[in-house]
Order: sequence, then structure tokens, then C-alpha cells
Amino acid sequence: MSDADDNVDSGEDRSEGDVAIAPGEPLVELTDLETTYSVRGSFLDRLRDRDSGQVLAVNGVSLELRKGEVLGLVGESGSGKTTLGRTLLGLVPATSGSIKVGGEEITGRSEGQMRELRRRLQIVFQDPHASLNPALTIGALVSDPLRFHGIERDRERLRERATAALERVGLSPAEEFLDKYPADLSGGQKQRAVIARAIILEPEVLVADEPVSMLDMSVRAKILELMLELKEELGLTYLYITHDLATAKFFCDRIAIMYLGRIVEIGPAEEIYREPRHPYTQALLRAIPEPDPRRAVPRDLPRGEVPDAVSPPIGCSFHPRCPRAFEPCGWEPRDLRTALESRWTELSEEEFDAERAVLGDLGALDSSEREVVIPAGSGHEGGDVMAIFDSIREAAPDDPLWRGVESMEAAGDGVRVRFRASLEPRPLDIGGAVVRCHLHDPEAADGGSVNGE
Amino acid sequence: MSDSAHSAETLLSVEDLKVHFETDEGIVKAVDGVSFEVKRGEMLGIVGESGSGKSVANLTILGLTRASNATISGRIMFEGRDLTELGGEELQRIRGNEIAMIFQDPLSSLHPFFKVGDQLIEAIQVHRDVSKEEARKHATDLLGLVGIPDAKRRIGEYPHEFSGGMRQRVMIAMALANDPKLLIADEPTTALDVTTQAQILRLIERLREELGMAMIIVTHDLGVVAEVSDRVMVMYAGEAVESGTLDQIFYDPQHPYAWGLLGSLTRIDRPRTARLAQIAGQPPSLIRPPKGCHFRDRCPHAFEKCTEHPDLEARGGEAGHTDRCWIDPERKRELRVVSTGEIGLEAPEEVTS
Repeated sequence: MSDADDNVDSGEDRSEGDVAIAPGEPLVELTDLETTYSVRGSFLDRLRDRDSGQVLAVNGVSLELRKGEVLGLVGESGSGKTTLGRTLLGLVPATSGSIKVGGEEITGRSEGQMRELRRRLQIVFQDPHASLNPALTIGALVSDPLRFHGIERDRERLRERATAALERVGLSPAEEFLDKYPADLSGGQKQRAVIARAIILEPEVLVADEPVSMLDMSVRAKILELMLELKEELGLTYLYITHDLATAKFFCDRIAIMYLGRIVEIGPAEEIYREPRHPYTQALLRAIPEPDPRRAVPRDLPRGEVPDAVSPPIGCSFHPRCPRAFEPCGWEPRDLRTALESRWTELSEEEFDAERAVLGDLGALDSSEREVVIPAGSGHEGGDVMAIFDSIREAAPDDPLWRGVESMEAAGDGVRVRFRASLEPRPLDIGGAVVRCHLHDPEAADGGSVNGE
Repeated sequence: MSDSAHSAETLLSVEDLKVHFETDEGIVKAVDGVSFEVKRGEMLGIVGESGSGKSVANLTILGLTRASNATISGRIMFEGRDLTELGGEELQRIRGNEIAMIFQDPLSSLHPFFKVGDQLIEAIQVHRDVSKEEARKHATDLLGLVGIPDAKRRIGEYPHEFSGGMRQRVMIAMALANDPKLLIADEPTTALDVTTQAQILRLIERLREELGMAMIIVTHDLGVVAEVSDRVMVMYAGEAVESGTLDQIFYDPQHPYAWGLLGSLTRIDRPRTARLAQIAGQPPSLIRPPKGCHFRDRCPHAFEKCTEHPDLEARGGEAGHTDRCWIDPERKRELRVVSTGEIGLEAPEEVTS
């Protein structure tokens, strides 16, 4: 045992929750967790104090974090991965659902009760420069949590504890760093100091939100190696939040893939990389630039971008971008708008003007109704509108969109479109992983087309 | 990979470029004797970590490092003119016209108060004597070219109404406004999501093929380099330490720093290994870099000779493959397998843990 261990207040003053949990057992359990943000729109909306929408940043997530594991929470911007981490730490209130740490429910706790909890759950943020107050010395910064939590007040002892923590994260000899300021440290050294500050309270869980993504490549490897060593030495459990599947592969035992607030696939890391089942997971893996020129081949990428979370697509929220989407995935009028817009990118200005005049008001395409009428422009009729959609279909007959269109017909001065009924993807257990995708759901695959109201 | 050999003519030639900044602590040798060439239609990848000088070198090409405390020497030959000798106005005519640049963060490169279309139109009209109507039409075409759906409507929107990926497309459209011969992209995809990054890289490749312009892509990400470059230059502490074709750098790397970079990557196509290769220590001070090889202090293979400063020259790699390392080429082949374990080399597939 090293000196550092003598400096620790051992387990006595911790709450009982952490004592009984064996490695591999759930340490943190999330059930149907939802976190909602209000989004304010324009300046005028704000003046009127009017919300323009709600974002379900975390949309019904159930998840367990098992003692001693590294769970990777992987997603792109807008996936809700960071909000999920912050909700877990009580930095953002949960809208509904449950968070249990060591069996104790922690949602709805007061700030005072949360303080004790934060000793047990620590976070490391992405930006080490912003995480350290530039006016304080490294020694003060690292030992500050001990003061803040009323664990240690004696200056000498604080310095000793900071020394031990700095040595532990490889800022050695610690004496050289204690009296330095953050500006004197390199990016990697700063992130080490941030980690030292996180572990000085002897937490059980470390939420690491993109801890290496701002660092140089060669420094990333070192920080990840350090974090794995600390995990072994201190018996930590990690929630590793990242957009980078390559570092997640190196670092994680299990991986959860998030897209627009939902976990679309979760399973053992090896399984996820060996056989990704959700088309979004497959797309993410394909998108990573491979540092190997002979393997760098063009690949089919998901179309478009992550949609606005204020009004996510219905059904499976990945369906508008999914190359393998089919009947039950949640087709809606907005998907027709996307098809129109992508066609217009190809047209010259004159062609576009002519075509746009054939169509009337396209407001109907913003709805999520199952059936809409797209009106013709003045002087045109339904057949003209139909001709446009026919030519879009002709250009790309295999576009999954057309599998989602149940019927489309000219109706007087417009075109009536009816979409197939949408099904919510449900979590399916396959080969040790859990996937939310109709492709793997025999019921959806069979019944998707007939499963109307 | 695209074959860029259709025109071997040199477009840009940087010769012994030095960019030194005077500071209170001393003279920072941000770029200290860098030479390279870009041929017409070619894509050069410049790789390095923070402080390697990769960005400063490229900003200098555009004349963007001409601060009062900066001393610039060497030559930057672009189509027969030495850019270091041009005055501000002459350089202004080249910048954004013959040489364009895109940066990492598109939001900070676009003015938040002006419509995207107006900013594009301005970029066109600065260098071209065209009517506003013609410029607007060209702007719409450009947005279509970079894959922005509904360009006619979006041209009237403000930057904040665009997503990160769409903003980067706008920046690319703006850079292309005047058919540049050379496009310099400094970490163009670093701030983007993975799937968006892949889309932008595809776009860059497509545009390069269609428009035939030369490009320099400056990045820390070897994955990005591997996808789009023809040739690669590795920078460290203000110098080029290795330069060669894409395959030479990835499959026959000569410099221990390149081994370290390649070995420290986490990769999805390899088994999860017990350890990543690491580069010991910190990058050196640019005020007082180590005498001799700048990588010497961090290099596990350094020996007596390394106190002498090695030139960038062919040392046993194929023709056109140069590096700054004194180690005997034969010895390098033995050493680097140990150093990198697996990366960049035809090495054992299975790695013991």
C-alpha cells in the first residue's frame, strides 16, 4: 500500500451504499430516465417569455453501470450523451424516471443531499483549460474538493493529500507542480491535474466527458492509459462519454450508442465492434477515418445530418438517414420535403423556379400527420404535382422513403399521400447486445406493412 | 486514391521558411527552416501536434503572421512570385482568390450578423468585377456545389441557422468562390461530428477531382490524412521531420516520432491491445529546443550522433522519401517493430496482452 492510502479516510464516513456491491453488480441504475430542456426561439419569443419548444435530450433511457466496468456512452452532438451524464450527477434535474446509486434513489434530492453524493460521483470534463481556475495553484485546485466537502482543513494535510494525488496521476515529482499555475502546464498535464482533483475524494464513479478529445493524439494515449491504471488501483467505475468509437474500443468494456436521446444499441464492446447491428452504429463505425491508406475506401454514409431535437422524426428517429429503413420505421411528410430539397440542389435556378411554381404551399410537409394533401400551385393541378414526385421516384426507386409511402395519388388540385403506420422500435436482446431496430424485430418485419390502426 | 500525377508542375514551393516571434521569454522559433512543394492538383497532408508549427507555416503562406514581433525569412514561391516579398495589397489579391483557406471553426469565420448569401456575394465581388445579380447566382451555384439542400432559400439565412456541418460547407463554398488554385484547409473537420466529418471529407475529395485544385490539409489526425492526401509531411517542433508519399509514411515510416504518432492511435480495425505506444515526455521549448535532433530527449533510440542536427534528406527510404533521423535505415526496421508494435507496418495481427 502506498502512502496515499494512509491519507485516506477509508470507508467509515462513506454512506453504506457502496459497501455491499460486488464487481459486475449494478452500481448505478437508470430507469426510464427523461431530461427535458426548454428551448427558446427567437429574440421576440424571449421577450414574450414564450418557449418555442421542448427538447427531450434524454428520452426514456434505462441503463446500468456495473461496478468496476468502463461503460462507453457514444454519440454525436445532440445525442443527449452529455445531458445523460449530467443528469446522473445531479447537475441537471431529471424530468422523470429513476436514478439509483448503490440502491438509493437520488432523483428529487436536495442540494445538500446531493453534495454527499458528489463525493461518490465525480466528473472530468473535456476542456482541461476551462476546468481549472487560472488564479489558483495546482496544489490548491487539486485539494480544494477536500476543503469544500469539509473533509480536511489543515493546510499541511491538504498539501500532503494533493502531493499524493499528483504523484498518483503521474505529475511527479509533485513538489514541482504544487505551486505552479494552470497556465504553466501543458494540455495533458492539466488534464492529469483535473483527474487528480476528481480522485482526491475517493469517488466510486468517474463520469469522463470527452476527457481526451481536446488533447494531441500522443497525449490521448497516455491519459487513457493513466485512467485505466487508476481504475485498477482505486477500484473505480467509469462512464466514458465520447463521440470517438476508436478510443472507446480501446477503453471500454461495454458500449452504449445514443442517437437523439435514446440508446439505440448497447452491449459488450467486442460484440458491438464485431457485429454492429443498428444501422446507426454501423454508420458511425464506417465513418471513422482509418489511419491506413489501403483501407481508406469511400463508404456509404448516412444521408443528411442529425435532425433538430425539438421535433425529432417519428418512429425510429434515425429513419430519415438510414440506408436500410423500411415500411414501419416512421415515415412522415417531412421525409418528402427532404426528397424535394435534395432534388432541388441538382436543378438550375430556372428549372427550380418553374418546378416550385407547380407546387402550392408546402406547409403540409412540416406536419407529422399520416395523411396529407400537397396542393398544386395556381394554374396547376394534381397531376402536375404527381409528375414531380414520379420523377423523383424514378431517379431513385430504391430510396427507402418509397417503402414508407402507402399510397400517393393525384386528387383534384393536389396530391394525397398516405404513409404507412409507424412503429416505435423496442429493445431487442440479440447475441448479448440490446438493439432498437425493426430490422431485427420479426414482428415489425412481418407486420410493418399491415399493422395499421 | 486519386492519381494526381496528371500535372507534375510545381504550384507552390516553400524554401527554408523561418517564422520567429520575439516574446518576453525569448525568440519562439515556431517554424524553423521548413521546405516543401505542392504540385498542381496535389493534396499535401501536413501532420503534427500542437506547437509543431504546422498552422503557423500555412498562415505565413497567406501572409497572416506578419505581426510586429515576427521575423519571416526564406521564400514562398507561388507561380513565380515570392509571397514573402509582396506588399499587403498584392497579397490581398492572391488571398481568397488564387489561394483560399478554410479553418477549423466555421462559426467564428462567418460574420453572425450578415446573411450567408451576402457574405458569399461579398467574397465573390471583392475579387471579381461582376454585378450583384451575377454574384448572387454564382453564390447559389456554389452552395449547391457543396451539397447544401434548398440553396435558394438558405442563401437568405444567417450563420446560426446552419448546423456545424452545413457551416463548414458554406466556408468551403466561400473558399471556392474564385476558383482558387490552392486551397489550404487547417483542421477542417476537427470540430465536426464523425458522420459529418466523413461527409465533408467526401465533399473535399469530390471537389478536388472536379475542380482540379491543389490542397494542403493541416491536421493532427492521421486518419484524415490517410483518407485524402497524396503526400505527407510530418512536423515536429518547427521542423519537418519526415516527408514522403502517403504509403511511405504509413507503411515505411523512418522517424521515431512518426512511429510514436502512428503507434499511439486507437484504431477500430485492430484488436483491443493491452497498451498503446506512448511518446515519453513533453514537446520541447520552441525558444530553446534541444541541440541536434529536436526529438532527441523523447526518443528511446537516441545515441551520440543525435546531438548533431540532422538534415531532411533521403536516408534509405525510397526516392522522394526524406527524414531527419541519424539511425541506420536497417536498424530502423528492427527498432520500429518494437516501438510501434503493430501500427504502420505489416506486423503480427494478434497482439499479446
